[in-house]
Amino acid sequence: MIETTTPRITVNIPGPAPTSGGATPGPAPFIETEKLSLYYGQAQALKNITFQIREKLVTAFIGPSGCGKSTLLRCFNRMNDLIDNVRKEGSIRIAGHDINSRDVDVIELRKRVGMVFQRSNPFPKSIHENIAYALRLHGIKSRSEIDGIVESSLRGAALWEEIKDRLHTSALGLSGGQQQRLCIARAIAIRPEIILMDEPASALDPIATAKIEELILGLKKEFTIVIVTHNMQQAARISDYTAFFYLGELIEYDRTTRIFTNPASKQTEDYVTGRFG
Amino acid sequence: MNAKNSRSIEAARFDFTSFFFTGLTGLATFLVIATLGVILLNVIVNGWEGLSWHFVFGGMEKEDIFDVNHAGVLPMIIGTSARVILMSIFVIPVGVITAIYLTEYAQANSVFTRVIRGAVNNLAGVPSIVFGLFGLGFFINFVGQHADSLLHPHNPEPIWGKPAILWASMTLAVMTLPVVIIATEESLRAIPQGLREASLALGATKLETILRIVVPQAMPGIMTGGILAVSRAAGEVAPILFTGAAYYMADLPHSLHDQFMDLGYHVFILSTQSPNIDKTKPILYATVVVLLLLTFALNIVAILIRSRMRKKLRAL
Repeated sequence: MIETTTPRITVNIPGPAPTSGGATPGPAPFIETEKLSLYYGQAQALKNITFQIREKLVTAFIGPSGCGKSTLLRCFNRMNDLIDNVRKEGSIRIAGHDINSRDVDVIELRKRVGMVFQRSNPFPKSIHENIAYALRLHGIKSRSEIDGIVESSLRGAALWEEIKDRLHTSALGLSGGQQQRLCIARAIAIRPEIILMDEPASALDPIATAKIEELILGLKKEFTIVIVTHNMQQAARISDYTAFFYLGELIEYDRTTRIFTNPASKQTEDYVTGRFG
Repeated sequence: MNAKNSRSIEAARFDFTSFFFTGLTGLATFLVIATLGVILLNVIVNGWEGLSWHFVFGGMEKEDIFDVNHAGVLPMIIGTSARVILMSIFVIPVGVITAIYLTEYAQANSVFTRVIRGAVNNLAGVPSIVFGLFGLGFFINFVGQHADSLLHPHNPEPIWGKPAILWASMTLAVMTLPVVIIATEESLRAIPQGLREASLALGATKLETILRIVVPQAMPGIMTGGILAVSRAAGEVAPILFTGAAYYMADLPHSLHDQFMDLGYHVFILSTQSPNIDKTKPILYATVVVLLLLTFALNIVAILIRSRMRKKLRAL
């Protein structure tokens, strides 16, 4: 979907740590958390979470509201840094590097770990400018280069054909689903390795949701996708792995097919079959 | 039976409470408009006689101040406009930066932030004559005199340590600071958190987010703060009484340390110093008309700029 000729942004990405190399069967663990706990003041939102997310797959986080899935997602690009009074314990490694260590540049991290939010949040600028803004942040100034990436990312987000004639009109004039796809285009424009999606389709109608889901399935060829969803069918349809959270704990994490057909935990079974939650 | 029921629902009953409160709120609104109307009408009717081409666009000699046929207020129009524009140049950057600090950087509920907010609110409640005295004490006697002793140690005449348009404008800027801060803060807070998050999640720094996403969005609100500040300052006399306004000057101010003539202060002079109140009444009223028109004009310019900004934001 995304042209291979897209000029890649050169980033000084430290290679994967030597320990994670070698012949591991299947995709290597890409995001690893170890004994991760997070507190908002006194309240503990995440409890001792240890697990690994694999590269170039879609991993879904499910669980009832307030179970900590969004909080965990926001740990991966350190958006929780913006909230006062947050305390973290344990570690998160992405490609082998501790993202909370002092020498990690959070700007660099967020360039590698993109995010799409629950409520589509295009800037009140033109469609073109929404993406160009992201590119200029990372030092891309040449107009032809920007135009090229704007087009390729809009194509990548399956939006180009719909809006190519009105690139310079306001992004706020797009429909909800188009706005969300613009946000995805904006996120992929800076070529992250991971895309975090926080209930990206929860405010959209079924047709727009279907488009987003189709898009996600296409994107996983190039990106590692972690998606929080309240929609059980959605998790079943698009994800390869599913993690079920409850009250800040990771209850079960396995292949999606297993979680939905033969979960190990009774709690998971009750949740995915709709008996609680 | 059925028809009867539906008729009793449809029949409009006279609702006294509703009538009473509609009337009461309507009356209160009417009173406000009527007061404004009476003031404007009174000023225009009485000022009509004194208004002339020469009065608005001409100057005058010192002995002509109270002369209905020779008075001209152009120097005052220029003085008032200049001090208001200078004030805006001082107050808008300081006020906007303070508001950005309070909303974007400071911890919302820390003691420090609360102290600053309290100080801003108190500043808004200080009577304007106190600002005038503050300007005299701080800007002229402290800043100005120290500037003189540093820059012109051998000059017997004070250059900065005397009333000047610079100090008058700065005093007004201090007075209108709360207006700008509060209006800017409100417009910054109205910007959805999602926009800030979107920018930060793309790898923007906080400063980039503020400068390229937040502030451009808040511009119309910031302009509103500026408009309110201009409206308030244009008509104020007390703060400039000791800090820069002159009774009469043969010339326009040429530099920041010159004094200036001012419309509001001129109204004060005409109404208190006149040798013959009845004779000078037309020019007193005419000066008031000019002051009102100038304030309106300054406001309209600012409102036009703001609406152009809004259109631009919407079009993009």
